Amino acid sequence: MQSLKPRFTYLFCSTKGLILVALAMIALTSALFGTLSGPMAEWGVRDLIVKALNMELIPAEREGRIIILYHVIANAVIAIEVYIINDLLKIKRTLAAAINAVITVGYLSAMTFGLAFAYFGHNFIFHGVFIFGESLLFFGGMLFAIALWPWTKDTNLTGKQYARTKKGLDLERAAFFTLAVTTLGSVLFGAVPGSLFGNGFETFLAEDVIRMPGKNSLMLAVIGHLHIMLTEIAIACALIVGRWIDFRGILHKIAMPLMIVGTIVITAGVWMVVPYQFIAHTIIYGGSTLILLAGLLLLIFNWDQLIKTRIAELGLEKPGFFRKFKALFHDPLKFGATWQMLFMNFTTSFIGIFFAVKLDEIIRKWPAREEQIELTGHWHILATIIATILLFYIADQFGLHGRARQWFGWSIILFSDLAFGATVVFFMKRLFISEYTQQPLVDTVMALIEIGLGTVLVVLAGFMVWRLIDLFKARGRWASELAESKTE
Amino acid sequence: MKHTLPLLLLVLFTALVSGCSTPSFASGPPLIIDPGIDPDQWADIPAGEFLQGQFEHEVMLDHDYQMMVTPVTNQQFVFYLNQALADGTLKLADNRLMGYYPGDEFHGYRHEVEITAGDWLQVDLEAEGLRYTFDGSVFTVLPGYEKHPVVSVTWFGALGYCQYYGWRLPSELEWEKAARGTDARPYPWGDEIGFEYANFYSSRDPFEAFLGKSGDTTPVGFYNGGNYDGFETVNAASPYGLYDMAGNVEEWTGNVYEKQHYRYMRGGSKANYGYELRVWVSNNAEPDYFGPSIGFRCARDVQP
Repeated sequence: MQSLKPRFTYLFCSTKGLILVALAMIALTSALFGTLSGPMAEWGVRDLIVKALNMELIPAEREGRIIILYHVIANAVIAIEVYIINDLLKIKRTLAAAINAVITVGYLSAMTFGLAFAYFGHNFIFHGVFIFGESLLFFGGMLFAIALWPWTKDTNLTGKQYARTKKGLDLERAAFFTLAVTTLGSVLFGAVPGSLFGNGFETFLAEDVIRMPGKNSLMLAVIGHLHIMLTEIAIACALIVGRWIDFRGILHKIAMPLMIVGTIVITAGVWMVVPYQFIAHTIIYGGSTLILLAGLLLLIFNWDQLIKTRIAELGLEKPGFFRKFKALFHDPLKFGATWQMLFMNFTTSFIGIFFAVKLDEIIRKWPAREEQIELTGHWHILATIIATILLFYIADQFGLHGRARQWFGWSIILFSDLAFGATVVFFMKRLFISEYTQQPLVDTVMALIEIGLGTVLVVLAGFMVWRLIDLFKARGRWASELAESKTE
Repeated sequence: MKHTLPLLLLVLFTALVSGCSTPSFASGPPLIIDPGIDPDQWADIPAGEFLQGQFEHEVMLDHDYQMMVTPVTNQQFVFYLNQALADGTLKLADNRLMGYYPGDEFHGYRHEVEITAGDWLQVDLEAEGLRYTFDGSVFTVLPGYEKHPVVSVTWFGALGYCQYYGWRLPSELEWEKAARGTDARPYPWGDEIGFEYANFYSSRDPFEAFLGKSGDTTPVGFYNGGNYDGFETVNAASPYGLYDMAGNVEEWTGNVYEKQHYRYMRGGSKANYGYELRVWVSNNAEPDYFGPSIGFRCARDVQP
């Protein structure tokens, strides 16, 4: 017990420990439930897992199961973002500890009991605890918004190089605060249809009703909810990266107001999908443009800094173009964080715009199933890109350096982008190949997707095993990290 | 790290090049199997309530009707083509078989396309995967494909076939009741799906070797409990005795809905995953769309 206590304290009371626990939960959930679909199902692994674990997979409940699975993974990702933000920003330690505790109990309850309810028979006490966990997360979110209150002088960005109003309001903190408040509203936006489940609302996956005319308000709210939640998670990710790399200067001063206004506009646009669908998309495009612009400024700052830092490290006074170019790639973690944001445009944003523009002309000429594949691929890429960016940050914070940093960073960049690129080819295949002749191409891109994602998961597993082994050491990294967190 | 990137690029290039190669197509199926189910048979479905959809709403169908026991086969469809082309019901223009459709009411709804009265595409004779040939005057089924379901027929073609004989396409409700019966089963045969029940994506049927995982069609009624050279099947007929109500080919249904021009398909196909074969799952496309996994069967009213 004596040896367990400090480790327990590390895992559940320090930021890094909490992140490790959440990462482990996500990794285990993905590894286990990922066997139930795709190639794993084709290879028969699904049947083995279902039998071995005595799962109850009722066909009529597939959509409900998937919705719970997506929710619990998203919950854990949001928890990680909250831990990171609590750590990065100046927040009262007692309040931060309370938020972390509530969020942790919330996502763990929701994950454990939600998955048990969805996949192992319907014990409605489990469902109750799942809802309780979700409620705790919401409550934690409210505390988080309070903690991020920006109209305080006690913030960490005090220098003139950061975006502030004339009255001294820290605009980056205001962006975090805006994000927290709009996220809470967007959670409610989805919770309302959920609360009407069985009383006017029936479970569905958004991609399955895409062509249905006259969707009811609850359907529109669900579709809006999933879009805006992923957007808010992405915005949080961008803000985290900004603080990580110490985003500052003129670009910061331009980007932060864009981020704040963009977050408000895009959220308002999504909420307006229910009452004013005809205008909502225009507002959403407006908000997206502002946020993407802020992201671009973040990228420019980051790449400029990466080059300058490396050139300074090398002591070069007049570096040529090639030297500068090489310097950009020296740190794959910091480079990868914004590179993935750029790459996202090629795999999702630009393609999304193309599909929106050519919707009636091309996409709606295909069967609905093809459109569903495109939509599903689109948001799977988005979610995974966000995850890789967070992994870069986490790896950096856990002190990955030297060759391990290079291998970790470049493996994730190259193999995740390989998977994303192959996914784009897969879901856009109807533009250049017919259903009748597609199979060899499908087999190839599926193999590339598996190689790409498989490698990312192996790299992540390596990281987790490294930290797991560390936990068995009496004076491992965990001990010093715990000591650091206590000092803070 | 120095050699990793070039190696990776080489692997990628090789993989993509191999992926772009075209599969070879023979003139007939790899196996000639007759499961022994008569495609000219009709199944009786009585009036009454059934549980419709994923959430099992009680729905009343107030009429008796009949549906074909199997999807329309190449042999049946070619017989129609020869007759309908000869008597002028179908017109041939630029290798496209056209037939008259009276048009739909247009509401001008968002994304809705107007379907006007006129000649519409029933079959594109240049479509990939057709299992019959046309020599300029006569259609002939490729040997061995006689009892495979016809594919690459547009909704207009499916409707044209049924109406030519005085029948119609089943409504979505009629189709679902015929597939499910009156209980809450998710598949026509019961609660579970396996390789022995239906032809779906990567379901390892003997025909899958021909075109890869999305496979070729199987002869209608293939999943009838027969054993084909060691490939064991289960009798996967629906409660009313209809075969292939899940997998093999998706089937056009007859509904024309307000505010949209899409037509709906049911049953999933050889190109779909198992979960897409659940009886309530639908797909949809424009009525002039055709594909190598889309077929149909007809329904008819029972005269009192």
